[in-house]
Amino acid sequence: MISLNINGAMRQIDLPGDTPLLWALRDGLGLTGAKYGCGIALCGACTVHVDGEPLLACVTPIADVVGKRIVTIEAIDQDPTGQKVQTAWLNLDVPQCGYCQPGQIMAATALLKHNQAPTDADIDKAMSRNICRCGTYPRIRAAIKQVATEVKS
Amino acid sequence: MNMPEMPTEIASATDENLSIINVSRRSFLKDMALTGFVLAAGFPSLLIAAESAQPKKYGADAMPHGWVDNPLVFVAIAEDGTVTIVCHRSEMGQGIRTSLPMVVADEMEANWLHVKVEQAPGDEVKYGNQDTDGSRSMRHYFMPMRRVGAAARQMLETAAAQHWQVPVSEVKAELHQVVHVKSGKTLSFGELAKAAAKLPVPDRDSLRLKQPAEFRYIGKGWLKIIDGQNIVSGKAQYGIDTRLPDMLYAVVARPPVLGGKVIKYDAKQALKVPGVVKVVELKSSPLPADFNPLGGVAVIARNTWAAIQGRKALNIDWDHGPHAVYDSDAYKAELEAAVRQPGKVVRNEGDVDAAFKTAQKQITAEYYAPHLAQAPMEPPAATARIVKGHCEVWTCTQAPQVSRERVAKWLKLPEDKVTVHVTLLGGGFGRKSKPDYVIEAALLSQAMHGQPVKVTWTREDDLHHAYFHTVSLERLEAGLDADGKPLTWLHRSAAPSIASTFGPDSKHQMPVELGMGVINVPFAIPNIRIENPEAEAHTRIGWFRSVSNIPRAFAVQSFVAELAAAAGRDHKDYLLDLLGADRKIDPGSLSDVWNHGESPQLYPVDTGRLRRVIDVVTRESGWGRALPAGRGLGLAAHYSFLTYVGVVVEVVVDEAGKLSIPRVDIAIDCGAQVNPERIRSQMEGACIMGVSLATLGEISFKNGAVQQDNFHAYQLTRMDDAPRDIRVHLLPSAEYDAPLGGVGEPAVPPIAPALCNAIFAATGQRIRQLPIKEQLRKD
Ligand code: FES
Ligand code: FES
Repeated sequence: MISLNINGAMRQIDLPGDTPLLWALRDGLGLTGAKYGCGIALCGACTVHVDGEPLLACVTPIADVVGKRIVTIEAIDQDPTGQKVQTAWLNLDVPQCGYCQPGQIMAATALLKHNQAPTDADIDKAMSRNICRCGTYPRIRAAIKQVATEVKS
Repeated sequence: MNMPEMPTEIASATDENLSIINVSRRSFLKDMALTGFVLAAGFPSLLIAAESAQPKKYGADAMPHGWVDNPLVFVAIAEDGTVTIVCHRSEMGQGIRTSLPMVVADEMEANWLHVKVEQAPGDEVKYGNQDTDGSRSMRHYFMPMRRVGAAARQMLETAAAQHWQVPVSEVKAELHQVVHVKSGKTLSFGELAKAAAKLPVPDRDSLRLKQPAEFRYIGKGWLKIIDGQNIVSGKAQYGIDTRLPDMLYAVVARPPVLGGKVIKYDAKQALKVPGVVKVVELKSSPLPADFNPLGGVAVIARNTWAAIQGRKALNIDWDHGPHAVYDSDAYKAELEAAVRQPGKVVRNEGDVDAAFKTAQKQITAEYYAPHLAQAPMEPPAATARIVKGHCEVWTCTQAPQVSRERVAKWLKLPEDKVTVHVTLLGGGFGRKSKPDYVIEAALLSQAMHGQPVKVTWTREDDLHHAYFHTVSLERLEAGLDADGKPLTWLHRSAAPSIASTFGPDSKHQMPVELGMGVINVPFAIPNIRIENPEAEAHTRIGWFRSVSNIPRAFAVQSFVAELAAAAGRDHKDYLLDLLGADRKIDPGSLSDVWNHGESPQLYPVDTGRLRRVIDVVTRESGWGRALPAGRGLGLAAHYSFLTYVGVVVEVVVDEAGKLSIPRVDIAIDCGAQVNPERIRSQMEGACIMGVSLATLGEISFKNGAVQQDNFHAYQLTRMDDAPRDIRVHLLPSAEYDAPLGGVGEPAVPPIAPALCNAIFAATGQRIRQLPIKEQLRKD
């Protein structure tokens, strides 16, 4: 049994310690918001926050995150920045199929928590780990800027 | 939004012929194979006309199971006023779960705030055709959904009039209630629900459709997408997210080469992996591949990760079969040889050879475009369970009814013992029209005595076993007169055909494929010959968003720019000259008997509309403006899926040869716009997908197997390399009674040529082979 602090609650997981967090979340705990896209740290679909930093759950063994604060898309509305990001995403109708969007929102929230006025270059750097096959990048950029402008005013 | 008519055309041919020649679908397909399957696939209705003297059907009428416009099927009103509208097409990012119900809601005067959308299971007898591809959903269902809404509205109005005992002409539905105009009395939809449900459905002829000026939602584009909140909170359920009590998780090791099979395997190590429950062999099917599962060895486990680890531990000897010879480099050389010889003539006007003799200048170019994989972000996934002889499936599918039929066939169950629940799709792009993975789930559940099993495709599986976009070589030759105008045009197009996936390989393209930008170019050139040399298929050729239009638009629109350059003329002016005077062309006169399955009368090729998108996009993008060195504008325009798209791409190529795309302008004329907001998002997405395939997209084969394993090798455009500013220009049209064009696909094809033309303008370098990858690199 491994205990993990997920979205503010302690959860027991009966899986080997080398199981990637992604599959522990999805199959073990039924938190299917974090998505599988590549399994080898190439697409960002599985992005979660660990101690406030974005992390790719598909390559993070659960043994490595014991004692750390894990936040998934399911609880990102508890975070004021996360909530603003979700609102901007809805305002601009960012999603198409939506599959990559949990990962995009987790990445964007992490960016905006560290940097309230990201430049285009900052956005490129923070967001280019996340693939969107539907091509929502222009709206993702616009939504991030919308949050930044709101925070400023 | 993805698929052209190919397999559904086959299906429709077989379906409609069933009653005529009274044979099973399977044996009919076999007969067709012997007597000219490929011809039949593209000409189903012609064949039918010949055999049955029925008038030829078009559009939704010609699709398997046609259309349904019964309000009782699509609308339910609860006494609390909640209006539930059924969406029977699959949502994969095009916004159909918003747009189709929005049409119903508008016509019935429902308040969108009180509308719930319910997803239909696969059942075409009940709902009409559900194949979500070919950019057809709105095109085929706008009018039926309007009628559904209007009928529901009239039933509510009649119920209110009866309640008040006033003539129905005195009442009017208005935003979720019915008003008695004279007295101002109102009854809410909820209050009327019971009484309205008891009334007969009004005749189609008695329906009063709204005037466009009365629309609340149609054409406005201000409704938010219905699944938005679920998506941003991680609650949206995709095929890969299905969870059932006692569910097991499977991954499958499939034959690396098409037509391969297991010789023997050793599961000992796999079974030692903690969590692995069972290892099951799945039989390979004989070719043609059709939608059959590929076979292989499945590992069933308590979670996905254990299944993946178990699969790694399998030891399998494969018989790779005859396609192990497939090698993309060698195949390219084969295609080159093929297009340098005469091929089967598929369109011929004037005397091309004679005109070449009188031409002042002859220009020849060859364009190569490789295989592509659809690579939706959500890979294929399906879950099945069998309880008391009833198989239930949950899956992300573009083809719910076909999935149902195939599962029934494989499990030897009657169709009514199979239910296919349609989840959201994390992208489809044509991949999820093919239910091989759905059948796998059903077979694995069967192997586990009905216990629920979810089969998940890893990204490696998705790239190795896609139904690949074809590979192609397009050779173009033109003879120019003294003014640089083309006198004569010869196009040879060689590409393995989608038909090879479903029948014997004739090595020739079907009319469906030829009608995607090869034969139906509407240029005013007196001598035109189009040839289709042979090209053999060695993998499963399928359809990918916009299909054969991709290589054809790339070749034709690049070649026109090359001719303009050779003639020393502005590309835009030259292109407009080639289109000639505005005219509506009968596609049949271009030897296009397919015309996207639509009536040639309703949907002629309208060069005036093509000219207008070129005018608008060049004006809006500032065509002709002075640019510094290393910057360039490129133009392309393409007609596909009954829609006209013009694109101008602006590029910067720096001294090291690094490409960036500051801006893209897209003008689209798809007829009247039902949900302009989702049309814009489709244009943006198509643009980025077009850039992705043009700059990076390539699937290649060696020894019959795909060489790309994951996104490091099959790269997709990311944010830093995506066009920075995409401006969409919707050509206004309020003619909601005129036939609509498609939206999901038609903006993909012109992106690659516009981009390559811009690169030429910026650098003088002409790209004739996709993807661009490192071709511009100077270091
Ligand atoms: S699934 Fe983790 S980065 Fe792709
Ligand atoms: S919205 Fe579909 S992959 Fe990003």
